[in-house]
Amino acid sequence: MGMTIAEKIIALAAGVDSVKAGDIHTVELDRLLSNDGTTHLTIDMYNNLKNPKIADVSKLVWVIDHNVPCDSVKTAASHKKMRDFAKENGIKFYEGKGVCHQIMMENHVRPGELIFGADSHTCAYGALGAFGTGVGCTDYLYGMVTGHSWVLVPETIRFNLTGKLNPGVTARDLILTIIGKIGANGANYKAMEFAGEGMKTLNMSDRISICNLCVEAGAKTALMEVDDIAMDYLKEHGRTPKACFSSDADAVFAATYNIDMSTIVPIVAKPHFVDNVVPATECSGMRIDEAFLGSCNNGRIEDLRLAASVIKGHKIAPTVRFLVVPASQAVYEQALSEGLIDIFMEAGAIVMNPNCSVCWGSCQGVIGEGETLISTGTRNFKGRAGHKDSFVYLASSATVAASAIKGCIATADEIK
Amino acid sequence: MDKFKGRVWLLGDDIDTDIIIPTEYLALKTVNDMAPYAFSPLRPELAGQIKEGDIIVAGKNFGCGSSREQAPEVIKALGIKAIIAKSYARIFFRNSINNGLLLIENPDLHDEIKEGDEIEVCVGQAVCANGKEYPISSLPENLLDILNAGGLVKAMRRLNGLED
Amino acid sequence: MGSTLIEKIIKNNTGIDAKAGDIVTVNVDRVMIHDIFIPFVADKFEEMGFKKLWDPDKVVLIYDHLVPASQVDDTRHFRKGNEFAAKYGMKNVHHSDGICHQLMTEAGYVKPGNVVFGTDSHTTTYGSVGAFSSGIGYTEMASILGTGKLWIKVPETIRVNINGKLPENVTSKDIILTLIGDLGADGATYKSLEFAGDTVENMSVASRMTISNMAIEAGAKCGLFSPDEKTAEYCNVMLDDTMKNLYGDEDADYCHVINYNAEDFVPVMACPSQVDKIRPVSEIKGTPIDQVFIGSCTNGRLEDLHNAAAILKGKKVAPFVKLIVTPASRKIYREAIADGTLSILSEAGAMITHPGCGLCCGRAGGILTDGERVVATNNRNFLGRMGTSKVEIYLASPITAAKCALAGKITD
Repeated sequence: MGMTIAEKIIALAAGVDSVKAGDIHTVELDRLLSNDGTTHLTIDMYNNLKNPKIADVSKLVWVIDHNVPCDSVKTAASHKKMRDFAKENGIKFYEGKGVCHQIMMENHVRPGELIFGADSHTCAYGALGAFGTGVGCTDYLYGMVTGHSWVLVPETIRFNLTGKLNPGVTARDLILTIIGKIGANGANYKAMEFAGEGMKTLNMSDRISICNLCVEAGAKTALMEVDDIAMDYLKEHGRTPKACFSSDADAVFAATYNIDMSTIVPIVAKPHFVDNVVPATECSGMRIDEAFLGSCNNGRIEDLRLAASVIKGHKIAPTVRFLVVPASQAVYEQALSEGLIDIFMEAGAIVMNPNCSVCWGSCQGVIGEGETLISTGTRNFKGRAGHKDSFVYLASSATVAASAIKGCIATADEIK
Repeated sequence: MDKFKGRVWLLGDDIDTDIIIPTEYLALKTVNDMAPYAFSPLRPELAGQIKEGDIIVAGKNFGCGSSREQAPEVIKALGIKAIIAKSYARIFFRNSINNGLLLIENPDLHDEIKEGDEIEVCVGQAVCANGKEYPISSLPENLLDILNAGGLVKAMRRLNGLED
Repeated sequence: MGSTLIEKIIKNNTGIDAKAGDIVTVNVDRVMIHDIFIPFVADKFEEMGFKKLWDPDKVVLIYDHLVPASQVDDTRHFRKGNEFAAKYGMKNVHHSDGICHQLMTEAGYVKPGNVVFGTDSHTTTYGSVGAFSSGIGYTEMASILGTGKLWIKVPETIRVNINGKLPENVTSKDIILTLIGDLGADGATYKSLEFAGDTVENMSVASRMTISNMAIEAGAKCGLFSPDEKTAEYCNVMLDDTMKNLYGDEDADYCHVINYNAEDFVPVMACPSQVDKIRPVSEIKGTPIDQVFIGSCTNGRLEDLHNAAAILKGKKVAPFVKLIVTPASRKIYREAIADGTLSILSEAGAMITHPGCGLCCGRAGGILTDGERVVATNNRNFLGRMGTSKVEIYLASPITAAKCALAGKITD
């Protein structure tokens, strides 16, 4: 019987010929990402072990991205613990260089790898045909110390994409539509695989955005075939694949959806659930206090270009705070050189250093009681962006940019 | 307020506004919310120990730094009756008068008493501590007017005909 | 007998030939309120019973300490500010354009000879363009909003003459730090500092701003420079006869005169945790550091970014050391994009944050913890200012700061 991409990657990592959904296998991990959200806890646990040691330090990547630059004495202490440990043990370490998943995509992820990340959005790596999955710090610690872990082979839901997105509609609208369709737990424990003719119309940024958000449908991971577009990206960033897989014709899928991308419209996910989606036009005119362009989901150069094309020649509404936060230093520098940062600054935006910003919601740009944020971030849970009685709407970079200009939720086609 | 006694808390030179109330707490809603954090960089336990009617005795340049009016306000909110220092920073001085917090200057007292001593203040005349008298001067008239009005807010309310 | 610069400004403002020690009531030309204090000013203003602002056009509201918000209650200050501005017809509101003191001069709110007050101690900055400006609390600000007036005691003046050419890698930051060290943190309390000499005449307005900005750290009420052609260009004014007359007379009554030879200055730092604990950088070389901050109303201007970029170009910040750069205003940020400065800084490894007070006000922007050391270009190194009370803060010029970032330790 044929295997899915997820099954093939696990089989390779487990050193066996074949696996099937439902099996539990011990696997060798290719890479382990951790960020300042939890690493200090992992270090505490590590230090409590009898004879602790790191199995293979070259597999570890640590990133300070959640609260950077540091916003409180408490996080400063966590950061110092992490920095000191990384320095002492020779761990690859980034601070203030961008959101961890973007850094991983730009610098580390290789097709065919099995990657644990102590962050739920690790599933983003499927855009390069890697099995990335989010774990807690206990799982992380086990992997860090042994180099191994166990995985339950997930079932796969297959999404066959056809057609192409209309102008003003983005990959983010597509994935929000899908999450709305299958529900916030619609892919629990499962892999979401994207394939079909339509894939050719999606660039790497689109693909990362899609895979990244799959955890919001409960998915364990997201996967895509490694095609020319993915290979070009890899080559451009100076890496080679571990293995390139596609699902066999006779692979078993838990479900298959066929989606015509030309039917997708700009979408908004309303508070307080990611699957609470409606066409953006239904929210048109809803007053906002803040708009956020950034995050591992939508902070890449393509997102900035799209938003800048909407913003150029306009001013941000006077009562709106518009935060623009590139996903990495590389994105920031590219945006500087393309003149995009200046477009945002001229319009009145607040442009911050690359980091998780208000998507993480504990420092930069937090919103207050009763306030409303429209965001390209990953989540709109209650209290996610600040005060417990505040409201987050998720939308695409185009919609967020348009809303920042209007001072209320609006789509890009409303901006002339 | 002509004459009162109080227990002394002894602080050093250059007690700056960031020690009196760190910026981190400046956006709390009320001065009472901030008061527990007063002096926290230097003596985190102090705010909890100060009692109504206590007196702060300090060295030179008390209140240097920021214009934050929360500095005299938190001190007042803790119940401090007066500060006696060798000298004060300018903005802090104005802010204290405007909030009706009594500031007294004396060059010697700080070096000759210890924390916990009880001292007596005769406003405009002298401070008595451990059997010794330390002369203090009276405030200029325009400042006394504000102090006597109960602070600048009250003085302005009077100007606007809202109070006698 | 002649007059000091501050006496002349006060005479022009009040018509009274007041001398040091006199108490006068001045007519306020402009006021600045920032985000941290606006809710308090608004409450006091209404409690005082005022119904309208004495002159809405003369009031400037600037959000800078809390941009971007780092705590959930921060945005309350913006809402309160916006409501107050709308209710009383204030047009001059800056939501995210940079640090108040930079904007007040840059956006043309302050002209030579003006009398200006702000709810921030570094309001002394506008002395750089020949304005009398000083920090006040929010209660006094509320009373000015209603009356347009404030009583002040005419300060005595310390005259500081600086002549000659500054050595390489020495900037106005080293001058003001040295002066604060010589005077002590209370050495100019209640007094006006007046700067003169060919060194300051040859200085850019940006460099003068650094000096005026930190005058408060010696306790001064103001730090004044005579307006000249550079001032006129910066403030976009023609110098009239009144402005041209804004200099301290030779025979004025100075309480103290200090003379410096510019050649004698060396790169210095204010060491933890007093602004007047000044030492030559060469004496503390080698001390390891964790972070460098370039920014603030003291040293976040284009000239400062250029100085840092010249050191950092083509190089990388030391491993595990953070470099945080916060331009002082939106205009400066954009100028630094246009001339490539931000690219140079970013490529060297700097985190570039949005214009605002950032780390200097200690609410976010690079807070540190026990045992960490930071070299910073801002104005205060007080205990606990940037994190715990066990953080060591060294104040320095952008040139020195950039060199330290590369070396990962204090170096000159």
